[in-house]
Amino acid sequence: MSGEHLNITLKIWRQNSPNDNGQFEEFKVSISPDASILEMLDELNNNLEREGKRPVAFESDCREGICGTCGIVINGHPHGPLPKTATCQLHMRNFKDGDVIYLEPFRAAAFPIIRDLIVDRSAFDKIQQAGGYISFNTGGAPDANTIPIGKDVAAEALDAAECIGCGACVAACKNSSAMLFVGAKVSQYALLPQGQPERYKRVQTMVAAMDEAGFGSCTNTYACEAECPKGISIMNIARMNRDFIKSKIVEQEVDI
Amino acid sequence: MKLESKVPEGNIAEKWTNHKFKMKLVNPANKRKYDLIVVGTGLAGASAAATLGELGYQVKVFTYHDSSRRAHSIAAQGGINAAKNYQNDGDSVFRLFYDTVKGGDFRSREANVYRLAEVSNNIIDQCVAQGVPFAREYGGLLANRSFGGAQVSRTFYARGETGQQLLLGAYSSLNRQIKNGNVKVYHRREMLDLVIVNGRAQGIIVRNLLTGELERYSAQAVILATGGYSNVYFLSTNAMNSNATAAWRAHKRGAFFANPSFTQIHPTCLPVHGEAQSKLVLMSESLRNDGRIWVPKKAGDNRPPNEIPEDERDYYLERKYPAFGNLVPRDVASRNAKYVCDEGRGVNGERAVYLDFSDAIKRVGKKVIEEKYGNLFDMYQNITGENPYEVPMKIYPAPHYTMGGLWVDYNLMSNIPGLFVLGEANFSDHGANRLGASALMQGLADGYFVIPYTIGNYLASEKPEKVDTERSEFNDAEQNVKDIIAKLLSVNGKQTVDEIHKRLGHILMDKVGMSRSEKGLKEAINQIRELREEFWNDVKVVGTGEELNQTLERAGRVADFLELGELMAVDALNRNESCGAHFREEYQTEDGEALRNDEEYAYVAAWEFKKVSEWELHKEDLKFEYVKLATRSYK
Ligand SMILES: Cc1cc2nc3c(=O)[nH]c(=O)nc-3n(C[C@H](O)[C@H](O)[C@H](O)COP(=O)(O)OP(=O)(O)OC[C@H]3O[C@@H](n4cnc5c(N)ncnc54)[C@H](O)[C@@H]3O)c2cc1C
Ligand code: SF4
Ligand code: FES
Repeated sequence: MSGEHLNITLKIWRQNSPNDNGQFEEFKVSISPDASILEMLDELNNNLEREGKRPVAFESDCREGICGTCGIVINGHPHGPLPKTATCQLHMRNFKDGDVIYLEPFRAAAFPIIRDLIVDRSAFDKIQQAGGYISFNTGGAPDANTIPIGKDVAAEALDAAECIGCGACVAACKNSSAMLFVGAKVSQYALLPQGQPERYKRVQTMVAAMDEAGFGSCTNTYACEAECPKGISIMNIARMNRDFIKSKIVEQEVDI
Repeated sequence: MKLESKVPEGNIAEKWTNHKFKMKLVNPANKRKYDLIVVGTGLAGASAAATLGELGYQVKVFTYHDSSRRAHSIAAQGGINAAKNYQNDGDSVFRLFYDTVKGGDFRSREANVYRLAEVSNNIIDQCVAQGVPFAREYGGLLANRSFGGAQVSRTFYARGETGQQLLLGAYSSLNRQIKNGNVKVYHRREMLDLVIVNGRAQGIIVRNLLTGELERYSAQAVILATGGYSNVYFLSTNAMNSNATAAWRAHKRGAFFANPSFTQIHPTCLPVHGEAQSKLVLMSESLRNDGRIWVPKKAGDNRPPNEIPEDERDYYLERKYPAFGNLVPRDVASRNAKYVCDEGRGVNGERAVYLDFSDAIKRVGKKVIEEKYGNLFDMYQNITGENPYEVPMKIYPAPHYTMGGLWVDYNLMSNIPGLFVLGEANFSDHGANRLGASALMQGLADGYFVIPYTIGNYLASEKPEKVDTERSEFNDAEQNVKDIIAKLLSVNGKQTVDEIHKRLGHILMDKVGMSRSEKGLKEAINQIRELREEFWNDVKVVGTGEELNQTLERAGRVADFLELGELMAVDALNRNESCGAHFREEYQTEDGEALRNDEEYAYVAAWEFKKVSEWELHKEDLKFEYVKLATRSYK
């Protein structure tokens, strides 16, 4: 495929441990435009290792935009400049020869930096553990076709369920709000008949866990939607807010 | 030592039901006295840990990821099989069983495969109840598609993200158990050794990947659900971190490794772009439902695809296999792609063939194709910069799945009592070749519906006494891990871990890949031994063991791959026949099809580790009582 290499200047955030002060370090690389940005980092790291220097710590796994492991703020954008693209799917052909690229970790109070570009997103798991499920035990399910679900409803639930849990929405938000992430899960279940019995309890426990984890509030800037690699819609936030208010009423009714 | 498969007596359709009835049970009040270790949170591990937690066992689950939701299973695209027969097209448990045994080219255990087909329907029920948004028809019922190797439409799917949706379903059940307190999850921990106490698997040593500390955990049984080893080839469709270390270290503690040479090279992946390539991207083979595979008839025909007229194209799968056409099993599709490229007929003379959707778009319209495959097409365009709605895709086979794995009996227990192995990490159900959409099915069958029963039977005769992690066996295992780490850090040579790994990958792809020969395999064994020497004398691992050190993590995995790679070649050399994905050039029919030797090789090759480069072969004979041994034919 394309033969010409690109000469790129990288400014990468280096921070040894959570409590260290970090700073940018500059590297010059020459890379094929067919390589992905993470493949460029692989090459850089191999060169650093050869010289006995500490490689740049970053995470990735699937490299197909589905596992949510990767996540770098690239020139100010979580996952980089392209819409609906995870860091691992960003190819160097989207850059020009001579470009300077800034690489930083996802920054948020609820995502402490572990090292260089790696952050701790375990707060997301805590929110899911608080209520991101339908309660039933294995073996007790009825035949799958007993509950018909409209094609459009299933598709809308899937739109929400596609969230990869990467945290870009949080990194993009000036308030570090996790509403898009939580809204997506709440919506998936709110849309489906299976999710109805626990619908209002779920939204309460998940929102409470979100608040407890130290994420900020939503002020409708829509930065999250713009940076989300899966194009999760802010409609999900609206749905969650509606359910949350309703849950307060439902709760009162139950109390009576 | 004789391998006992423990397959229950009786008619195949009743074996599992009878076995479930005969197995011993653990009293519900006693279950919480048992500690269980599950390593892995992919489909197999997450479903097992969640279900065992629901039953009341105290479960500790481990993963090297930062979250259990990130396991490699998340990347599965195409779908999951089940014998629901919702399409009324003649499917049944028996047909799914039959297709899987035949697809595996008669090298799997009939009873296991039958059970898999039997519980497949429960899996779909389970996932729908969890809120997995499978694709639906307009009437609201579940939709299906067909997949390679089957003539019925039995695959359930959620766009091209089936693995993600199934894994998030299992993850949700797991989260519920974490909240209930029955499951405790340990993230960023890598299992580096298995601890055996009085002949039973009762613990593991893990490295905390953030601090480098070694930790000890004990239990009454250990379940490995650590996935496959395709990354032994360096370039594969597996996630970057997928590796064989957990299975391999268990192997070195005595667990037999079965059929290591049975590795699947998937036909529809993106071709290699160059030196910097870090992994290969799969295009779901569901694309073969609508895409037509072709190359130019003449070598050296480098015209753009739309300038090559119909009669100068060779739709080689449709030509050679008229009944199945583009839907032949994976090994057949891959091997044929290799052959046309070997003949110089690949796209622009390179190692690539066309997958063309223009006829399908003409037939059903762009919108329908977009609905079915939209995200795959987007992904293709993103990676290659070409629009597959207009220009045919270019594809080439890539290592994808490993049928081989730790040997297990019908109860999914290895030859080490108390060590159970689930999912891709075991060898059990796919014989010499796995059919599409059946790995997800197997992982979830093992975790949701098999292990919860069979482990109870084992535990019922084990006392729920705490195993002390200060025992000498734990000391020894921890020392072993320390020694390996110290050795890796002390070499301080010149080559990076990746450089050596890439070279191992080249040897294996070339000689232990789609086509193998006695000569090539012997060469491979020598080359791998030399490379391993080189690794231990010249690898460079920077940093220390007492911190986050990703280079050290990879170095440990590659050290194990360098031993496993040799065993793959040894196994392939031992098997003087062609079957499924294992194609030995010396054993083929006149028209180039695989030639099995059922007289001598209808067995599972289970290898016992003696010392590095030395194994003893144990054979488990396979009997085919329900699917008549026949030559696979997809003509
Ligand atoms: C791109 C792609 C697409 C696929 N599409 C399909 C499909 O459409 N249909 C289908 O049926 N199959 C498909 N497959 C195959 C299928 O996805 C896998 O076989 C299956 O998901 C494996 O599941 P598993 O639970 O056994 O292992 P994995 O999902 O690989 O999970 C392994 C787990 O073990 C953990 N682990 C491993 N080693 C250690 C260790 N030493 N210490 C701690 N933790 C460890 C990992 O962290 C992970 O959690 C696909 C595979 C790929 C690569
Ligand atoms: S909502 Fe989007 S950005 Fe946020 S975690 Fe999910 S996929 Fe990532
Ligand atoms: S590495 Fe999996 S989403 Fe990027």
